[in-house]
Amino acid sequence: MATASKTPTTFTTPSDVEIAMTRVFDAPRRLVWDAWTNPEHLPRWMLGPEGWTMPVCEIDLRPGGTWHFVWRRADGTEMSMAGTYVEVVPPERLVSTESWGGDWPETINTLTLTEEDGRTTVTQTVRYPSVAARDAATATGMKEGVSVSFDRLADYLEKKR
Amino acid sequence: MTPDALSTTFAALADPTRRAILARLAKGPATVTELSEPFEMSGPAVSKHLKVLENAGLIARGREAQWRPCTLQVKPLEEVAAWTEKYRRLWEKNFERLDDYLEQLKQKERNHGHRK
Repeated sequence: MATASKTPTTFTTPSDVEIAMTRVFDAPRRLVWDAWTNPEHLPRWMLGPEGWTMPVCEIDLRPGGTWHFVWRRADGTEMSMAGTYVEVVPPERLVSTESWGGDWPETINTLTLTEEDGRTTVTQTVRYPSVAARDAATATGMKEGVSVSFDRLADYLEKKR
Repeated sequence: MTPDALSTTFAALADPTRRAILARLAKGPATVTELSEPFEMSGPAVSKHLKVLENAGLIARGREAQWRPCTLQVKPLEEVAAWTEKYRRLWEKNFERLDDYLEQLKQKERNHGHRK
C-alpha cells in the first residue's frame, strides 16, 4: 500500500482574532468533505493524541443543526466538544461554532476546501471572540517545556503594542 | 492548566495597556510610579490593571507599602504557550491520520469502480 505523502501544515493569523491552518491532501475534495463531515469517517482520524478514541460523534449536518463529539482515553478521561452548524455548502464550505463548555471562549470555525489536480487544499479558520484569546493562542516563539527567556517575551509583547 | 485558568489569563492579556505593562516588566521589576509614566495614566488607573494581572497570576507584587515593585510571573504565559503547542501538534497528528484514511477511501473507490 502506498503511504500518503505528508505535507506541512501552515498556521497563519489572517486577522486580530483569527488563526488559520492550511493543509494539502492528496484526494479529491468530495472525499475530504466526506471524511470531515460524515460520522462514519470522522472517528477514524480526528482523534488528537495517541491513545484516545472518539466514542461519540453526532453530526446533524444542516444550518442550525448541532454536532457533539466526545473523546475518551483508556483511563476513562473524557473530553467533550459541541457546536452548531451555521453554513453547510458541500463540498466546499462549512461554518460552525465550537465550544468546550464552561468559561472556555466559543469559537467560530470556517472550513474551506478547494480542489486542484485531484488534490484538496483545506483551510480551517478559527475565529476567537476576542483579541485576547487569539493573542494568547498565538504566543509564538514559546515552546512547551522550554523556559521562556524574559528577553524573548519582551520582544513578543513589544510587537503586540 | 484548567480552561478557567486559561480563560482568566486570556482576559488579562486582552488589554493593550496590560500587554505593555507586561512588556515593561519583562525587562525587570518596576514600581507603580515607573509603570504609570509611559502611559499618561493615573496611579489608580494603573493599579487597576495591575490588580487584573495579579489575579491572573501574571505578576507578583512586593508587600512593602511604600515601594511595591511588580515582577513578571512567566509560568501562566508558558502554560498558554504549551496549550497552543499541544493544539498545533494535535491537528498535525489528525492531519497525518487523515492522509492515511483518505488513501483508504480512494482505494475503496477504486475497488468499487467509482466514477467521478
